[in-house]
Amino acid sequence: MISTNDLLSILPVLILSGWGMVLILVDLVVPKERSALIGWLSMAGIAGALAAEAALWGLDLSGFGGMVRQDGMSAFIGSVGLLATLLTVWVSLNYIRDRGIERGEYYALLLFSTCGILLMAQAANLIVVFLGLELLSIPLYILAGFARPQVESEEAAIKYFLLGAFATGFLVYGIALVYGATGTTDIARLAEVAQTGRNATLLLVGAGLLIVGLGFKVAAVPFHMWTPDVYEGSPTPITGFMSVGAKAAGFAALLRVFLLGLHAVQADWIPVVAILSALTMILGNVVALSQTNLKRMLAYSSIAHAGYMLMGVASGNPSGLAAVMFYLLAYTFTNIGAFAVLAALARREGEDQTFTQYAGLGRKHPWLAVAMALFMLSLTGIPPTGGFFGKYYLFLAAVEGGLGWLAIVGVLTSVISAFFYLRVIVDMTMREPERETPNRIYPASVTTLAVTALGTLVLGLWPGPWLQLAQAGLKMLTGN
Amino acid sequence: MNQLGFPLLTLITFLPLVGIPILLLLPRDREEASKWVAFGISVLTFIVSLRLLLSFAPGEAGPQLVDRAAWVPQWGINYFLGVDGISLWLVLLTTLLSPIAILSSWNAIHDRLKEYLIFMLLLETGMVGVFVSLDVFLFYVFWEFTLVPMYFLIGIWGGPRRVYAAVKFFLYTMAGSILMLLAIISLWLAAQAQLGRGTFDLIELIQVANGLPLQIQMWLFIAFAAAFAIKVPLWPLHSWLPDAHVEAPTAGSVILAGVLLKMGTYGFVRFNLPLFPAASVQAAPTIAILAIIGIIYGAIVSFAQTDVKKLVAYSSVSHLGFVMLGIFSLTPQGIQGGLLQMINHGLSTGALFLIVGMIYERKHTRELDAFGGLMKLMPVYGALSLIVVLSSMGLPGLNGFVGEFTILLGAFGSKALVPQGWIYAAFAASGIILAAVYMLWMFQRVYLGEVKPENRDMQDLSWREEWVLIPIVILIFVIGLFPAPFFAVMSNSVAAILARLPALAMVVR
Repeated sequence: MISTNDLLSILPVLILSGWGMVLILVDLVVPKERSALIGWLSMAGIAGALAAEAALWGLDLSGFGGMVRQDGMSAFIGSVGLLATLLTVWVSLNYIRDRGIERGEYYALLLFSTCGILLMAQAANLIVVFLGLELLSIPLYILAGFARPQVESEEAAIKYFLLGAFATGFLVYGIALVYGATGTTDIARLAEVAQTGRNATLLLVGAGLLIVGLGFKVAAVPFHMWTPDVYEGSPTPITGFMSVGAKAAGFAALLRVFLLGLHAVQADWIPVVAILSALTMILGNVVALSQTNLKRMLAYSSIAHAGYMLMGVASGNPSGLAAVMFYLLAYTFTNIGAFAVLAALARREGEDQTFTQYAGLGRKHPWLAVAMALFMLSLTGIPPTGGFFGKYYLFLAAVEGGLGWLAIVGVLTSVISAFFYLRVIVDMTMREPERETPNRIYPASVTTLAVTALGTLVLGLWPGPWLQLAQAGLKMLTGN
Repeated sequence: MNQLGFPLLTLITFLPLVGIPILLLLPRDREEASKWVAFGISVLTFIVSLRLLLSFAPGEAGPQLVDRAAWVPQWGINYFLGVDGISLWLVLLTTLLSPIAILSSWNAIHDRLKEYLIFMLLLETGMVGVFVSLDVFLFYVFWEFTLVPMYFLIGIWGGPRRVYAAVKFFLYTMAGSILMLLAIISLWLAAQAQLGRGTFDLIELIQVANGLPLQIQMWLFIAFAAAFAIKVPLWPLHSWLPDAHVEAPTAGSVILAGVLLKMGTYGFVRFNLPLFPAASVQAAPTIAILAIIGIIYGAIVSFAQTDVKKLVAYSSVSHLGFVMLGIFSLTPQGIQGGLLQMINHGLSTGALFLIVGMIYERKHTRELDAFGGLMKLMPVYGALSLIVVLSSMGLPGLNGFVGEFTILLGAFGSKALVPQGWIYAAFAASGIILAAVYMLWMFQRVYLGEVKPENRDMQDLSWREEWVLIPIVILIFVIGLFPAPFFAVMSNSVAAILARLPALAMVVR
């Protein structure tokens, strides 16, 4: 029987999914021109879910027979996901109208996808990880292809769907192998059984397949090939959502399954994850150097940042856990902000994407250029931004975990990354404009940019309280 | 400790930022108002910083006028500011050169003036922050932060190759400093191992680091040195400097040469020597050799230049080689001479860039051969230029001589420079001769000789231009004739550093 405790433990998911269904019904009665109303309503729903997360803060709930947990980590990552969705919806309000793709289901799909993120953050059982992953991914497949008349968007959707389904297959097979090796899919039980060393080889093969499945989602090398095309073709706010939300979900699952569930076999999977992290950082940053399309460059940057966060996973210690969580928060503000700048300049046929098209933006819209400069500096890791503190924490975790070489790779690739992040700033501020940009920037865009820029700065100047929140998630590791 | 009961250092560091909201609110066409606001704030900062002289007690070696607050307690990062004999003059140099730089760009910058002034003020805050931070993490934050305004100043308002120079400057400097970040993390972990909690407090870290084995000290020394050596710049890591200096706007070059380069040499004295004394002693000969190569190389390449700005840029490499030699002689004279020479170089090379800027503003060229006989044409300008050139050369009676002489004295008697200190001193002294060569050669070609007909309309200095140079010239004489008070401020703090160095019998004065 389902008890109140069970329902309480998934309260944010209930609110969000219920609201999403309400929105679909509301969309039936709302006239097409007023579809933005659905957007505003969805923001209300997200606010409600955030309130639920806040209300459940500090509690440690276990629901549905131990299949889901609501603890510090799920609250933090869930809130990050909800924040990402909120910002995405805010940016989308004007964007999809200008692109002529405004439909109510857009917002409902976003909400369902966020439910997936919340579930993955809460998963205490591998089956729930799979459930959350599918719930996250399927709406995203649709949303990637939302800019329907454009071929790139349709291509993005098909590519994402095919490769994503394939990767999910790997994940399920991995779960099956882990079950075969240990006799359980419960993560806490898994930790106990892994310690006994029973069926170690089978367990490790299963773990490897899990890395493949989750690595696809977070865009780690060599499972990253879908990222540039999908990011480039999707509507820009969705790209922002994918880069942050899907990553948050993927890393939540990676942290729970590996740092907690497979803690006993750390010595076996840490080298693998470390090497993947190094490859991801190197490939993401090096290939980004040669991009001429800003959206594609941000896609490769996203791959690179997955690499940095994998450093935290590979460190295998509590610092790594807290570092990844803090970095996700900083990354949310920074990356969605960067995509918001692109979205703010959207037109019917899609927004400008090549670097030269952004030349001289600083003259016409100085504040846009300032915001973009701030986001680029945060992505590079220059103080006093959230990105700097996040990277510092990840390096600290890596060195603490004995992976000094990985920290050096991270450091060197950060320098490489400065080159292409600076290029954006150079083009916007130091070159002359080559074409007309829209005069008008919507208030919603301005507010989103202000919020994300402020968030980036606040995390860089007063990281203390946010660190404390991230470290609240550590109880998951020690409290068990 | 903070005897004042008033956060003076915090005020000095962040006062320039007060000008930024005012500048943002001013409408774009109010150019005069913007310039006065920025200039006023920076002059105010300078006046406030003079208060440091009144409150500073030269007898004490440790940090004074400390401001302390917790910043990120979870990581042991504190907001810890303090000034001592090593940093006092550098803070004053910064607050002096900033208004001078703003004043020098009065008529030179019209495009996006507001943003220019905002970056200058941001830069001043960053630079002062670097010199007064005694928490290693806070130091790193300020250090990296200064890259950003300087990058924009070069990249937006610079010369034809400004984007290349700005990006090169940024990447080069960032590469070094991010290696320093890893060293800082290692220090934190060492502190955690030894003290039970990680900390970035420099005083505590000195205790921790001194106890580390030599091998580890050496790696950390190299990581820190990477960042500082690029900044100095120590040969062969200097190739970013000529491009950055030539392409930067005049005020940018003044600040870059006058202050930013000192951040590198300061870093060696503040961090490398106290934290890693054993490694410092071991590395001293190598660094001294690189410094001497820099002295001679910088001088010779200077001589070959036809662009005056590039000539001065390479002369910076040469002069700062002297400073590095002084520091790594690991003697009281050497280090104090090096510290004084930092100030001297800031003044004289800053003035040299100002002078070049003045003729560039008139004729939009910096080629040596485009000028001649300027002494006849512009006597005031010529006289002030002569003083600055002679100071840069090291003429006795002026500031440059005091610094160079003290450094050579230190090198001569140094036990750290193997096999014999005087060999190093002899090579370095040849640098003084070479400096005379390129400086006087430049002076002859630009200021003496025939006046070119197209230059006959060049105007002598305006009031504003005179007042940009006069404070520097006054200080050139004061330091040159009365250096004792300047040394008195430094001596105890320098002695404290040297006291940690293992078994180095030092020259007794």
